[in-house]
Amino acid sequence: MESEATRSELSPARAQEAWHARLLSVLAARKEPIISFGVILAAWQVASFFLPPYLVPGVGAILAAFIEIVASLTLLGDVLTTMGRIFLGLVLAFITGTILGVFMGFTETVEKYTLPVLHFIMGIPALSWVVFAIIWFSHVETRIAFILLAGCLPNYALIIHDGIKSISKEYLDMLRALRPTRKQLFSKLILPGMIPAVLTSWKVNLGLAARVVIVAELVGATRGVGNKLLLAQELFEMPKAIAWTLVLVTFLLISQFVILFLEHKLLRWRPAKQGGMAT
Amino acid sequence: MNAADPVVQMQDVQMVFTSVDGDRFTAVEGLDLEVGSGDVVAIVGKTGCGKSTTFNLLLGLERPTSGSIQLLGHDPHKEFDWFRSKLGVIFQTDRLLPWRTALENARVGLEILDYSEKEQNDIALQWLHKLELQGFEDAYPHELSGGMRQRVGMARAFCLTPEIFFADEAFGHLDQSTARRLREVFLELVTESRKTCLLITHNIHEALEIGSRLVILGKPGHVLADMETPTNATRAEMAEFEDRVLDIIEANEVVG
Ligand SMILES: Nc1ncnc2c1ncn2[C@@H]1O[C@H](COP(=O)(O)OP(=O)(O)OP(=O)(O)O)[C@@H](O)[C@H]1O
Ligand SMILES: [Mg+2]
Repeated sequence: MESEATRSELSPARAQEAWHARLLSVLAARKEPIISFGVILAAWQVASFFLPPYLVPGVGAILAAFIEIVASLTLLGDVLTTMGRIFLGLVLAFITGTILGVFMGFTETVEKYTLPVLHFIMGIPALSWVVFAIIWFSHVETRIAFILLAGCLPNYALIIHDGIKSISKEYLDMLRALRPTRKQLFSKLILPGMIPAVLTSWKVNLGLAARVVIVAELVGATRGVGNKLLLAQELFEMPKAIAWTLVLVTFLLISQFVILFLEHKLLRWRPAKQGGMAT
Repeated sequence: MNAADPVVQMQDVQMVFTSVDGDRFTAVEGLDLEVGSGDVVAIVGKTGCGKSTTFNLLLGLERPTSGSIQLLGHDPHKEFDWFRSKLGVIFQTDRLLPWRTALENARVGLEILDYSEKEQNDIALQWLHKLELQGFEDAYPHELSGGMRQRVGMARAFCLTPEIFFADEAFGHLDQSTARRLREVFLELVTESRKTCLLITHNIHEALEIGSRLVILGKPGHVLADMETPTNATRAEMAEFEDRVLDIIEANEVVG
């Protein structure tokens, strides 16, 4: 707030200068990842000089394919379709998983019956769900939703359950000594206590869902990144295959960033991470 | 309930914990205790002898394995909700909710009792200031020192006007001079309001300063001795009293 106020008082030239300085300092603070990616890009470009372009296309060709996707509304529509599927599947899995996780957290009987089953389901590979979905359902969107639900629901339920279980009995006793209503206990302890678990569950499942949905889209879908990847493979168009992957990863990183932002807002009360093992 | 009736009445109370492996551990055994209205009782005893467990039982947070417990003529566990607004507790560890600031932690009891938001903040701020925490109202628990956290926990308890006060080593995490100042605040509050008060402490001087009665617990939780504390004692008398208390505790240790 303070810096904004001072900035508006500066002359345009000074303001631009200050902005450049800030950009430089931001880049300097991130120099390690910039260097790593720079090295990868350079190595890739060098490799592309020696290998045929249908195997290792040049950085320029990939960039062109990437821009073609981002600039075209219909192609971007494919990305949004995939993201929409991920989001819808995750919301569905989140709601059901949270209800299940909360019940497990509060009722020992439910916990005893469901916990082993959930762990068993967690062991089933995503590809198996794809096969089951194709056999069981004919509608493409139903298949995809089912695969996402099967893949992510146990994860949500287990993480939320764990989050509720980890709420300390000391806090519970402290509040219970005050005789709160059920609603007060929920709003003052359970809800704030499970927010870290909710955020973790979204972080974990977003990555999982992205991997699962692409596989699900390979079969039967006429839109979406998975479908476009399949087309690229059939036509042996390596730049497009890479560009599609990059577009999806970009969108995923943006979503992850949104979650990190929420985490920053919601978990302000947490002690800042003090440098861990790597110093 | 008559005024003469005891506020706290424990009869032959036993508390046995059963672990997941089925191991049984007796924390309290044959505990009889009566506390009259307005009494200030200090409770001492070896670490692990069941003092905090006794508090949990009195607060209705645990159900006794056997025996009867009555507070203000009601069973704190069976008639759990009857005790709304009647109990105030300073816990052995601060138990501050990490996602709440000092002020938000201090006012949580008032929130539960549906005070207006203005009242909540006014009362909580008043106590935070009285406990020398001005300037830290908006700090989160991890930003406070151990002693400061303990004082926020005290403010949380003092905000309420309960019938019975429980303090489990309330002054244990403080330096001597702060502890003494806060004991005075506490004593003032307790004597002014004529509240019944149970106070666990490891510090016999504290027991003498605040309590009018001293209960010594043995292991597993039962009353070894129950005595009036000397008032206006000289240094020598205090030292003698302290020796007597320690002798009683140690004698139990040898038998146990
Ligand atoms: N929930 C529980 N489950 C099993 N054992 C317990 C439980 N709570 C307390 N105990 C046991 O009961 C005994 C008494 O514990 P308690 O906390 O009441 O001791 P204390 O007198 O308050 O000790 P201190 O002075 O160290 O605080 C201890 O041996 C402890 O291990
Ligand atoms: Mg204790």
